Amino acid sequence: MEKQYIELYKAHHQLIKQNSAAVINRSRDAAFAKFESLGFPTIKHENYLYTDLKPVFSPDYGLNFRRLSFPVNPYQTFRCDVPEIYSYQFFVVNDGFYPPKEEHNGNLPKGVIICGLKEASEKHPELVAQYYGKLTAPQNDALVAFNETFAQDGFFMYVPENVHMDKPVQLVNIMRSDVDLLANSRNLIIIEKGAKAQLLVCDHAMDDVNFVANRVSEVFVGENAVYENYKLENTHDKTANLATVLIDQKESSDTLMNIITLNNGISRNNIEVAMNGEKCEAELCGMMIGGGQQQIDNHTTIMHNKPNCHSNELFKYVLDDVSKGAFTGRIFVEKDAQQTRAYQLNRNILLSKRAKVRTRPQLEIYADDVKCSHGATIGQIDEQALFYMRTRGISLPEARLLLMYAFAADVIENIRIPSLANRMKMLVEKRMRGELGMHEGCTLCMH
Amino acid sequence: MSDAIIHEVTQSEYKYGFTTDIETEVIPPGLNEDIVRLISAKKNEPEWMLEFRLKAFRQWQKMKMPDWAHLNIPEIDYQSISYYAAPKKKSISSLDEVDPEILATFEKLGIPLEEQKILSGIAVDAVMDSVSVKTTFKETLAEKGIIFCSFSEAVQEHPDLVKKYLGTVVPSGDNFFAALNSAVFSDGSFVYIPKGVRCPMELSTYFRINTQNTGQFERTLIIADDESYVSYLEGCTAPQRDENQLHAAVVEIIALEHAEVKYSTVQNWYPGDKEGNGGVYNFVTKRGICKGEGSHISWTQVETGSAITWKYPSCILKGDNSTAEFYSVAVTNHFQQADTGTKMIHLGKNTGSRIISKGISAGLSQNSYRGLVKVGPNAENARNFSQCDSMLLGDKCGAHTFPYMEINNESAIVEHEATTSKISEDQIFYCNQRGISTEDAIGLIVNGYAKEVMDKLPMEFAVEAQKLLQISLEGSVG
Amino acid sequence: MLEIKNLHVSIDGKEILKGLSLSVKPGEVHAIMGPNGSGKSTLASAIVGHPAFEVTSGSVTFEGRNLLEKDPEERANEGIFLSFQYPVEIPGVSMVNFMRTAINEQRKYRKLPPMSASDFLRFMREKKALVDMDNKLTNRSVNEGFSGGEKKKNEIFQMAMLEPKLAILDETDSGLDIDALRIVANGVNKLKSPEKSTILITHYQRLLEYIVPDYVHVLHDGKIVKSGTKDLALELEAKGYDWLK
Ligand SMILES: Nc1ncnc2c1ncn2[C@@H]1O[C@H](COP(=O)(O)OP(=O)(O)OP(=O)(O)O)[C@@H](O)[C@H]1O
Ligand SMILES: [Mg+2]
Repeated sequence: MEKQYIELYKAHHQLIKQNSAAVINRSRDAAFAKFESLGFPTIKHENYLYTDLKPVFSPDYGLNFRRLSFPVNPYQTFRCDVPEIYSYQFFVVNDGFYPPKEEHNGNLPKGVIICGLKEASEKHPELVAQYYGKLTAPQNDALVAFNETFAQDGFFMYVPENVHMDKPVQLVNIMRSDVDLLANSRNLIIIEKGAKAQLLVCDHAMDDVNFVANRVSEVFVGENAVYENYKLENTHDKTANLATVLIDQKESSDTLMNIITLNNGISRNNIEVAMNGEKCEAELCGMMIGGGQQQIDNHTTIMHNKPNCHSNELFKYVLDDVSKGAFTGRIFVEKDAQQTRAYQLNRNILLSKRAKVRTRPQLEIYADDVKCSHGATIGQIDEQALFYMRTRGISLPEARLLLMYAFAADVIENIRIPSLANRMKMLVEKRMRGELGMHEGCTLCMH
Repeated sequence: MSDAIIHEVTQSEYKYGFTTDIETEVIPPGLNEDIVRLISAKKNEPEWMLEFRLKAFRQWQKMKMPDWAHLNIPEIDYQSISYYAAPKKKSISSLDEVDPEILATFEKLGIPLEEQKILSGIAVDAVMDSVSVKTTFKETLAEKGIIFCSFSEAVQEHPDLVKKYLGTVVPSGDNFFAALNSAVFSDGSFVYIPKGVRCPMELSTYFRINTQNTGQFERTLIIADDESYVSYLEGCTAPQRDENQLHAAVVEIIALEHAEVKYSTVQNWYPGDKEGNGGVYNFVTKRGICKGEGSHISWTQVETGSAITWKYPSCILKGDNSTAEFYSVAVTNHFQQADTGTKMIHLGKNTGSRIISKGISAGLSQNSYRGLVKVGPNAENARNFSQCDSMLLGDKCGAHTFPYMEINNESAIVEHEATTSKISEDQIFYCNQRGISTEDAIGLIVNGYAKEVMDKLPMEFAVEAQKLLQISLEGSVG
Repeated sequence: MLEIKNLHVSIDGKEILKGLSLSVKPGEVHAIMGPNGSGKSTLASAIVGHPAFEVTSGSVTFEGRNLLEKDPEERANEGIFLSFQYPVEIPGVSMVNFMRTAINEQRKYRKLPPMSASDFLRFMREKKALVDMDNKLTNRSVNEGFSGGEKKKNEIFQMAMLEPKLAILDETDSGLDIDALRIVANGVNKLKSPEKSTILITHYQRLLEYIVPDYVHVLHDGKIVKSGTKDLALELEAKGYDWLK
């Protein structure tokens, strides 16, 4: 399976490097060597028991090494129709950053840089060099190495010390191609000491072809900084969305990750939060709605490396038809990371006979003064509550829906931007009613 | 809690460390087909038994020792182990014929074969190394048609039963250690409870590892026919040793329609010394099948010993309306490593399982719970509840929880909860304020913490198990 | 209005109601009393159509139509309301959303257009005042974290919102403080009209001082063993149930 990519790299590494910035090229060969030795993981691999990458990578895809631009103007197609969400909106088409309109970029707070990773590497090479590849280097994951082997561009955001972003930043990832396409986009996000930023990421697929997006994001959250990341996935059944998000937290920083998946093909989120300073807070949550043949696998790791950090994790799945859900939640508490508090909950509702769920909460604890817990439940909609509602005249399907909305409520409540929470709620409800098509963008991004 | 107390609490020495001097017959170390044949020949086995062993041996040769993420296992040289040892003097008929040394050993272990067990009504099939030394109460049991004998005897006397069920729950190629056991197992116990019979007493076997460099490969087969009941106790204490010893047992349980089997274990093999030298490697495959409708299997274990424990007593819930339970307390101290848990495989309709696991880690030890709950596509209305708690005594040990849940049927309700916490200072202080020393307080708290599991042990075991819990955390506990 | 004839009901194969008959006419208030476990709540559950309770024989009609073949929500929309003895908590479903859905389903059933958001809120405010319901409670999820008494009040509030033809109150008085009891009773009385009927299940005479029943029935072992006027309740209060067994 990996052979075709190994040969591809050997044949084209010059081309890739020529069309890419020097700082990004530095670790490319090492990443390739790592990928070559690891190969794609099979379903025997502990971390990939529930996502089979074989059907994802076996077919033949186009890769855009020459950085050709795709015929699309996202600013025409995608327009934010949510008047309450004023955001700085940016687009990445496949793996290329789309040049922003002046009005979107012009009035960013002072010192803030948002641009393509390629552009950033050319204009601010020292800054990029300081961070790029720092979190991926210790990783022993084939998808990460694969990304670094081929990555040329992506999204770059830099928020300097003590700058509080006045508006959320919205990043719309669009897959757009007339032929089957594989894109390795790479994001680098730096939130310096005392800074605050909110990033809303929307993943969409535009064409009826097979897409593989293998995205890697490195996120650096400085001392006392606050970083919120909302992710909405509404692609289609031919999209494999493989996303690795590596977050490095410094002392007293606060991160929030909230993932909502509505429509997709195969999704694999590999999220690792490393608390590398004391008194960090991290919140990770997700609402996954699966139907048809959707496959959703969230693989999360929270590394409590320092004392006095708190983490809280909540992942919920509603699975219908023949969809498959998987969750792995690893909580690791390093020696001497005393006063750790780590909580995790995964709840699943199966709506159909052939839906499947695999859940794997894990606690790995090497310090004694800790309070850690995890819980996982698999069940159905509460029969008693259903009956109670019916005695109030609410029909069975309606009562079911209400309970399903309720099930999603606490994940949505976690969204700290009220207007966004309302929108997400609306989208989730629309999806649960079966009214949100997979080819649609979402009302967040599109008219 | 201060380090001093932890040190005190966790520095108990192995009480049962002594060696019995009995002449044993040992075949030379090493493993090949000839050795397998030799073992079979020494035991006078029929052809089909030899075939079973040889098949397993060939499978084993193709297998690799598993590589586990959370166990640090030194290289084991399977060619330096002797695969057969039997006390030279075989004395069966009366107690007088039993080697006085052995009797004295049991005495020291607190298991006076005659008095205590007879008085408490337990039939003991005491296994010293590999061969059954003595079986009591056989006649009483025989009256009810119950068969309780050594495995070798069963092969000779009840070949049809053995042939029918051996390897049906744990196939010979199931895993590396099960294959090894299937090839070279020396002896063990065999139990058959006929239809409709409630076994009137707790059946019990005490295992010990004795002779140096002798791997111990027990094989146990328990068959509970329709509507029968049996409670089986297995306990082990091993003498102190310098070399590591390998223990790879296989236990198979078959519960037919409406049958109920309770299997309780107190495991206290030699854990190695405070520096982590020596100690038993305990790689056990235990599995039961609730084959018949409405059958029930319950595993209860108190694991305090062994340098390395790798063990997942499991249940296959095949019969409709069958239920299974797993109750476990695992204590690790010093350099011990335990990786234990269970697998509940729900296949039949309306099946239920319950998992309660309590881990206690002290010293430099690593204690992991690993479990699987699987609900098959046709297992309508499966129910599972799991609770896995870990307690840490000290900041140099580790406590880990790795549950796997694989659900393929929408009518399932599966709940898993796990917590990890340290022993509560508030509780200790509260006890102190009432005049209870910290050591005693820890004893109280740990016993309270494990109570839900300890309560599941048969009376005869409960006292001993509590003692072991205290001993393994001794210094202050108890 | 409600006609129950020779009703047999069982749960898990165990017969609980063993031939119960009861007739309730418009405007009437019936009190049902009886020892614990006699089947009072079972009767209420059977009337509203709890799926766990199996009607093995007998009939129940409401305004001449067979009730037993209807779904619970149809029965509710026909105008039957049960104030549960043990109302369930529904985390995540807000009271407002819950009530609006219920009201609009009812309106749909009656072929009326949905109520506008502002009308609904006004209507809700009105009814809250009627039963003296705290705003704090209606802003929370259905019954979640409510105290025992608050749950009962919430049931009456829902009753006020849904304006049923037949209200069954299963021990709505237990757990209420004296003020709350008066408020609940007032609420029930205010909703009373010549077309509307009430079945009160209670253990205590006290409620019956506020809501005066036309009939009192004693349920024992799945059957009505005695019926009388409100004086029967007083007699029960004095003598207990033993003399009836
Ligand atoms: N879900 C159930 N499963 C089994 N038995 C039930 C169930 N519900 C009720 N019962 C039994 O049915 C009988 C009648 O119960 P019911 O709740 O109708 O009594 P009640 O008259 O309302 O009592 P109380 O005054 O205590 O409220 C009791 O014996 C009860 O245990
Ligand atoms: Mg009742």
